[in-house]
Amino acid sequence: MAAPCVELPKGGFSFDNCARNARLEQLGLKFPTAYKTGTTIAGAIFKDGVVLGADTRATEDTVVADKNCAKIHYLSDNMYCCGAGTAADTEMTTQLISAELELHRLNTGRVPRVATANRLLKQMLYRYQGHIGAALVLGGVDVTGPNLYSIWPHGSTDKLPYVTMGSGSLAAMATFEDRFKPDMTREEAMKLVRDAIAAGIFNDLGSGSNVDLCVITKDKVEYIRPYEVANIRGVKQRSYRYQRGTTAILSSEVKKLDLDVFGTEVKHQPMDTQ
Amino acid sequence: MSILAYNGAAIMAMKGKNCVAIAADRRFGIQGQTVSMDFDKIFEMGPHLYLGLPGLATDVQTVLQRLKFRLNMYELRENRRIKPKTFMSMVSNLLYEKRFGPYFIEPVIAGLDPKTGEPYIASMDLIGCPMETNDFVVSGTCSEQMYGMCESLWEPDLGPDDLFETISQALMNAFDRDAVSGWGAVVYIIEKDKVTKKFLKTRQD
Amino acid sequence: MASASVLSEYKAPISAHFSPYDFNGGTVLAIAGNDFALIATDTRLSQGFAIHSRECPKTFTLTNNTILGCCGFHGDVLTLTKTLAARLQIFEKDHNKPMPTASIAAMLSTILYYRRFFPYYTHNVVAGLDEEGKGCVYSFDPVGCYEKESFRAKGSASAMLQPLLDNQIGGKNQNGYTAQSLTSTQCVALVKDVFTSAAERDIYTGDNIIISVVNKDGIKSEKFPLRRD
Repeated sequence: MAAPCVELPKGGFSFDNCARNARLEQLGLKFPTAYKTGTTIAGAIFKDGVVLGADTRATEDTVVADKNCAKIHYLSDNMYCCGAGTAADTEMTTQLISAELELHRLNTGRVPRVATANRLLKQMLYRYQGHIGAALVLGGVDVTGPNLYSIWPHGSTDKLPYVTMGSGSLAAMATFEDRFKPDMTREEAMKLVRDAIAAGIFNDLGSGSNVDLCVITKDKVEYIRPYEVANIRGVKQRSYRYQRGTTAILSSEVKKLDLDVFGTEVKHQPMDTQ
Repeated sequence: MSILAYNGAAIMAMKGKNCVAIAADRRFGIQGQTVSMDFDKIFEMGPHLYLGLPGLATDVQTVLQRLKFRLNMYELRENRRIKPKTFMSMVSNLLYEKRFGPYFIEPVIAGLDPKTGEPYIASMDLIGCPMETNDFVVSGTCSEQMYGMCESLWEPDLGPDDLFETISQALMNAFDRDAVSGWGAVVYIIEKDKVTKKFLKTRQD
Repeated sequence: MASASVLSEYKAPISAHFSPYDFNGGTVLAIAGNDFALIATDTRLSQGFAIHSRECPKTFTLTNNTILGCCGFHGDVLTLTKTLAARLQIFEKDHNKPMPTASIAAMLSTILYYRRFFPYYTHNVVAGLDEEGKGCVYSFDPVGCYEKESFRAKGSASAMLQPLLDNQIGGKNQNGYTAQSLTSTQCVALVKDVFTSAAERDIYTGDNIIISVVNKDGIKSEKFPLRRD
């Protein structure tokens, strides 16, 4: 059999374009920037769980690319992970580790531990020597209780009762340093994380829009999105709807589409025994 | 000059009521020099699914062919039409594979769900970070201008005819303030039972 | 071969040198009408990812019928406006009348070009009434090239504002459009809308806008809130 001339992707990174791109850069063409999540992300441990929080702004240089992006990513049923840095990296890294955790869960038949996720993440990031620009706040509840980690792009991690990351991390950490106390109630913790994120939203230009929260306890996860709309869009003074025919057209063609049939009735036919 | 601006492009997509629109300019240039005014940047990936590829023209065509291949394999394997959201993941994965040596394109996807007819739009950066919105997405060399126009003009629940006027005006006025895009425009209005393709009369400078 | 490519990786050490400029954000918009002119600016003063002030308008009253919108590097903004104010005062004392708008524009151009090789990093628009009482707007580049226009956006979100003004005031790309001059109330509403839109997408625009309208009765200012994130 003739081998297919194009092979299906094998998975993993491909470096096919690197040489060409380096040449283009040498010619003096500037490299474009990827979406960054300028971001304030934070997490705090309370009496019987963890609260994770994030803003919802993604920026491309000084322009807001996404006003309501989700920065709290699913890892497993008992773990979530906030991401700051290069948006694609946080998205893909958490997806990958989420898949690995699910396989781990199926292989072992146990609920994965937060320490496991932490190690998977840090080893992956260390392997790429900081080129995968993901700064993460990992939180979850496992058999050992609530756990909270911050993970840096180069692969170092901290295990702390309250952590912040991203460009708004100083604003958020100021709030934590002022008001964090051990063994808070759920409501206290949510209020504190909300305030920390709001501090980032209002005082850091890289963060903005809404507050998302994720509260993880022993047998329940509550992902509240949005928890609070911190900034409401200004109301327009008037509508800018145009009169039909305002736009000049050169030509127009219409392509009729047949609606797809999704179910067909098959009538019973007796077997031909003749 | 950015590599993304080497050939110049402006593409946007908008959600309407039971319909979506995607529009692009028609210029192909090499830096300041305009080479042609009938360059396709929007491609049909299914009856209700369209893909806009602004960026470096060589990558536009390479990525298109690679995606077409993966899409054909998907549809042969699954024996059904792809959902826009699934297609978005496909594009995203293709781009992220090249995380450390990217293609210089920032795709825009617009379509209707083949089963439910639910409108869907999304855009991506050059390494495949997906962004799904409920209003509009823009991509290309005059993205700031397009953001300014769309933020002011777009409103929810526009019908196909009003959506056409809104997206056309947003696109034309935006690329008139950009030196490397324009020279004609094309708009696709995608509805459940038909797709309307209109070429716009624009400034040719 | 190998050693050559490795050696090329080595670059000269990065020297930390003093940069005399910074960018403090801010957006300015000016519109000229039949019997009025207006300038609107946001009130955010920022640097990098930090907000320095939420109450820093970039509109400056020059005479009783001329205003200036000025943004860019705030140090230069302060120096330039101080110089302008002094020059205008000298003129008024010498000639016993305030300087007309067109002359202020010409003078600003020379002040800017005087610093051709170490420019003020500022984006300027001058708005006012001309000798016949009609609204006029002059826009400048940082080294003094200027032009009389009927509307112009300058500063960090200018690219977002300008196309909508082209369309809504200039009537661009509209089939069968007949030019009609907007009233000052219509203009103020349009200004609020374009700034609300710009504040959504530009991180350096926000907090408030100050809209200053010049007409034959003098200058009136109005404040309008924007998002604060």
